[in-house]
Amino acid sequence: MTAIAPASNHTGSRTTRLLGAAVLLGLVALILLGFFGAPEDDEQRDAVRMIFIHVPSAIFTYVAFVTTAIGSVMWLLRRSIWWDTVAGAAAEIGLLFCGLTLFTGSVWGRPTWNTYWDWGDVRLVTTLILFLMMIGYLSVRSLGGDEGATATRAAVIGVLAAAILPIVNRSVEWWENNTLHQKSTLTDGDLENLTLFTLFVGFAVWGLFFAWSLIHRFRITWLERELRAIDLDRALDERRAERDDV
Amino acid sequence: MSIVRLHAAVALIGRFPALAGVDLQVSSGEVVLVQGPNGAGKSTLLRLCAGLMRLESGSGEILGHDLMTERPAIRRQVGLLGHDTALYDDLSVRENLEFWARASRVDVGAVDPAMERLGVAERLHDISVGQLSAGQRRRVALAGVVVRRPQLWLLDEPHAGLDPSGRDLVDRLVIDAAAAGATVLLSSHEVDRTLDLATRRITVAGGTITGDVDDVG
Amino acid sequence: MMLADVLLVAAKDLRIEWRSRVTVSQVLPFALLVLVLFGFALDANRPVLDAATGGLFWVAVMFVSIVAVQRSTSIETTDGARRALLLAGVEPAAVFLGKAAAVALQLLAVEVVMVGGVIVLYDASIESIGLLVATCLVATVGIAAAGTLLGALVAGVRARETVLPILLLPVLAPVLIGATRAFDDALGTVAVDGWAWLGLLAGFGAINIVLGALAYGVLLEET
Repeated sequence: MTAIAPASNHTGSRTTRLLGAAVLLGLVALILLGFFGAPEDDEQRDAVRMIFIHVPSAIFTYVAFVTTAIGSVMWLLRRSIWWDTVAGAAAEIGLLFCGLTLFTGSVWGRPTWNTYWDWGDVRLVTTLILFLMMIGYLSVRSLGGDEGATATRAAVIGVLAAAILPIVNRSVEWWENNTLHQKSTLTDGDLENLTLFTLFVGFAVWGLFFAWSLIHRFRITWLERELRAIDLDRALDERRAERDDV
Repeated sequence: MSIVRLHAAVALIGRFPALAGVDLQVSSGEVVLVQGPNGAGKSTLLRLCAGLMRLESGSGEILGHDLMTERPAIRRQVGLLGHDTALYDDLSVRENLEFWARASRVDVGAVDPAMERLGVAERLHDISVGQLSAGQRRRVALAGVVVRRPQLWLLDEPHAGLDPSGRDLVDRLVIDAAAAGATVLLSSHEVDRTLDLATRRITVAGGTITGDVDDVG
Repeated sequence: MMLADVLLVAAKDLRIEWRSRVTVSQVLPFALLVLVLFGFALDANRPVLDAATGGLFWVAVMFVSIVAVQRSTSIETTDGARRALLLAGVEPAAVFLGKAAAVALQLLAVEVVMVGGVIVLYDASIESIGLLVATCLVATVGIAAAGTLLGALVAGVRARETVLPILLLPVLAPVLIGATRAFDDALGTVAVDGWAWLGLLAGFGAINIVLGALAYGVLLEET
């Protein structure tokens, strides 16, 4: 057995510490700007402040989801363990963002649409179905057993979900045309300058958080894998030693 | 010509190294008895040779095909009798054998002679496999191997669960296969019986080969 | 060659069904039971039941498809036939298409009886038989393809009975929506253009057939 001395007992590095610090500073700035800087909306009053969390969460849900889909394809094409690890890490963070999107969406919906949930809304229902697919994806990842088999199963689901999602979106769109969802807030052009600025701070913070957590999650999974590789050496030794039992 | 060539072969079941570094060469026409205690890795070794398992590390060639890259070609040319009999309970004996013959692209006409060869009584041909006893079921599975006319026979405990006449049948099958130029790997607990058949005996323990004796017969 | 294998596998699965009668004796009663239960739940409010007939029908089909896929998967897993299919060297895409075709035919047979069920139990009337039949055909092909793919995906897993619905039902969401809307038109309950939905259902089916044919081999090999 080779003695493996861990270089450190955490997955941090200069990059992640910088990222983490930026996320914290950004969050403080976002809270200050969101609550005190940005003006309230003429119609929605204070409820409009939900936009600073809701929209970045939604955007990065889909960024994470696309990352998972790309990682899945790369695993299937090249058996790239690196990409499989990225896919799994992105899916976990994506699920978090997705849950946050749905939660802030319903909290926002109550005062503005007078309902927590609207079944006729395209983006809402599509995002919910994506949420359910991601839960399925992660539950398959957690099943254990052969690593290659698990990666392949997960990758097939990742690709299938990516292929199906446009159809889900289209089906919900046709289902009910009378959507409550405001058309893309960003392109409306009637947002106050400071509101727009705060929203972009939100994007930046969420983006940095995505990168920070993705790197950490990736490193944890990677270390777990290396640990199992060490386990395999030990398991091989133990296995070979069985011959002496006979 | 080498039919089986394994070098430092490691194969995992889940995360368990069922084979922990196997070196083995088997030449054409050999009848190799694979011995060892339960859990030693005998079945895994046969399944690896059938092209059904991924090599975790090491290298190997079966029937001239690489174990890493050409497993589909290997699988088509071997005949494996495993613990599972791969028979559909709700189909009759004949329907099962004909399905597997067609799926394997071999002559369906070989089904009847094979059933006769294995002593599957005619009254059993058209009853569903689910009604067979374990021993009858294994005879049917063996008939399925015969139908394939494989170059490499991989028989995992072929005598298990068979009556004396069934075990004699297995012996004769192995002798005939070897006489026809095929190579046979068989695992068995019935050492006395199989020693007469085998031209070579290897012992497996702890996922490795611990003994190798030639011309044991 | 390929077509022969597809037919071989499909015929094998259908023959097994013919012998075992699992669909007829278990899946079909289950489907009717679900329809009856929906009736109990909603019959106090007749207009609601009328309006919801299409949706209830397809929700019932979703449940039935889980049972049918599980049965189709277990045929290959019970006695190691998956491994034997690899040894036989059948083209995995042919296995996929054959098994999906067998599932689709069984689901269609159940749907025929279920249509009778909603006519009798829910007092539904059919305004466009052509649209109704086309919807069943196109939607069922998609359901069978997605189900067969995901059935193979979970085949090597110990908790497969519980994992399959978690995976399959969200994927089938667009079929539920599309087929329900098309049925609404065919049954005359909601004024929508049902035929427009068939394109979406066909797209869903095509994606799943292509993906399934491509992925089945990897899944069979690996799991």
